[in-house]
Amino acid sequence: MTSAAEHFLLVDEVSLATDEEGYLLRRTDWSRDVAVTMAALDQVELTDSHWEVIQLLQEYYDNYEIAPAIRILTKAVGKKLGKDKANSRYLYQLYPQGPAKQACRYAGLPKPTGCV
Amino acid sequence: MILKPDAMAHSKPHLASAEQQETLGFAPTLSDNWHSEAIELLGEKVSESRALRVAMDACMKCGACTDKCHYFLGTDDPNNMPVARQDLMRSVYQRHYTFTGKYLPWLVGAKELDEDMLDRWYTYFHQCSQCRRCSVYCPVGIDTSEVSMAGRDILASIGMGQKYVNQIIGKVNSKGNNLGLPGPALADTLLGLEEDVLEETGLPVRFPLDDSSAELLLVAPSADFFAEPHVDGLIGYAKVLHQAGISWTLSTHASEAANFGLFVGSEPHTKTMASRIRDAALQLGVKRLVFGECGHAWRVAQNFLPDWVDLDFLDAAYPRPQHIAEVTHELWKTGRIQFDPSKNAERTVTFHDSCNVARATTLGNTRNGHFTVPRDLLKASCDNFVEMSRATTHQSTFCCGGGGGLLTDELLELRIKGATPRMNALAQVVKEHQVTHMVAMCAICKSQFSTVFPEFDLSFDAVLSLHQVLGDALVMGSVR
Repeated sequence: MTSAAEHFLLVDEVSLATDEEGYLLRRTDWSRDVAVTMAALDQVELTDSHWEVIQLLQEYYDNYEIAPAIRILTKAVGKKLGKDKANSRYLYQLYPQGPAKQACRYAGLPKPTGCV
Repeated sequence: MILKPDAMAHSKPHLASAEQQETLGFAPTLSDNWHSEAIELLGEKVSESRALRVAMDACMKCGACTDKCHYFLGTDDPNNMPVARQDLMRSVYQRHYTFTGKYLPWLVGAKELDEDMLDRWYTYFHQCSQCRRCSVYCPVGIDTSEVSMAGRDILASIGMGQKYVNQIIGKVNSKGNNLGLPGPALADTLLGLEEDVLEETGLPVRFPLDDSSAELLLVAPSADFFAEPHVDGLIGYAKVLHQAGISWTLSTHASEAANFGLFVGSEPHTKTMASRIRDAALQLGVKRLVFGECGHAWRVAQNFLPDWVDLDFLDAAYPRPQHIAEVTHELWKTGRIQFDPSKNAERTVTFHDSCNVARATTLGNTRNGHFTVPRDLLKASCDNFVEMSRATTHQSTFCCGGGGGLLTDELLELRIKGATPRMNALAQVVKEHQVTHMVAMCAICKSQFSTVFPEFDLSFDAVLSLHQVLGDALVMGSVR
């Protein structure tokens, strides 16, 4: 049982505050290096496809203060990357821990809460 | 089975921060007086609740409950036997509130609430999903969920709330739903669904929001807006209501059916959140109030809401409130909608009874309707329907493993182990009857299964919403 202040992520020798599950506490701390570092800790190498999803999440969050619902995300992915990729199976291949949670973390966004 | 005492002693949810505690009116952290505060609260709770008094006084250690909890079966940790979970509270209650416990504690196993016991409360009251399966088998009717709810409320009150649940209650109070989905995002999401369904069916199926001309307010779990397979269920509700010609709306203010106040056993919080729904219905001037596919929401809606708030303004010709499965069932029975099961020919489905629907509510105003209503609908819309072992369905259903406020990532090990009894029953029908999908009508069950299925060699999308199967088979267009 620990409190939030004890958790951080080390990026380029700068320590950034996170919550217990590794989500950034301050979105302004985000940089591409943050995503790369988080992914490396999960043994994931970020490809262009991963970055497309991260960018879509951030754009939507800027407009709506929340990550997009799965249908909105799959549709947006389909528009950018082709219809064959407009489905959650494709997103789960990229983000096996669940596209909403894992990709939000890499994107510096808070974790979606609720029955999801 | 070899018992593994304390095998799950390490499994506990993250504590709520001081801020998350204070937002809900709980102590920010443990004070110097935490012990006396806890003992006083325990006394109050037992004197106010007959169910809790039975749990404290009536256990005769018969052992009937010992092998009924999915968390015990999945972890082999005897602390997860329902009787042991109850004993955590019972032993403290005896120490402080019974004669023998006060003066001869060793004789009755009475124990002090010291720091070690407090830690065990936090650990093992968060390894109960409040599914109430054990209570079915208890000869005196002890309901362990009453114990874990009271225990969690005491813990939260003295400064040890759970982060996941606290955060969610806070979001409902400020934004109207568990996700913290703001109104504009909800509106955008619903517009997107209208486009999708138009593309799929060629029909202008609407997903109205805050429409004060509507007859019916639908309150869905917010996961229905956000996640899969939940959203496919929401699409199913919309198709059914469209086809039946019922004018309906969703509400921004009450954009959540779930009520996590129940999981903390906090009546004030449960009431406050439930009241939002009544306020929205009144403000929109609807005549009918209908709940979407969310297990514990239906328990709160059917069992508590009518006692807490005045629903007399709703049309008495319909149950107040009503479940979406009841609405669809009635429409189907009276011929106002039809299903074409050939649309689900590729699927062989089985049905997972969600614990709160199966053991705490009814549907369709008939005996056993909570079991027959969803099954009638599934059989009408899919020719290939298979039951899992009867020891794991209906009243004996196993929890998905993620209910009761435990659907949080730091409890994943517990969730996977707790899902094992259900997964064993599912594996059997997959093997013997080539079942392709398990259908559920609870947001937590759906999220839990899509998370744990890959651990059991199933695809995350092998769980479906009830109304997804119904919506896919619904005959649409001008047949009405």
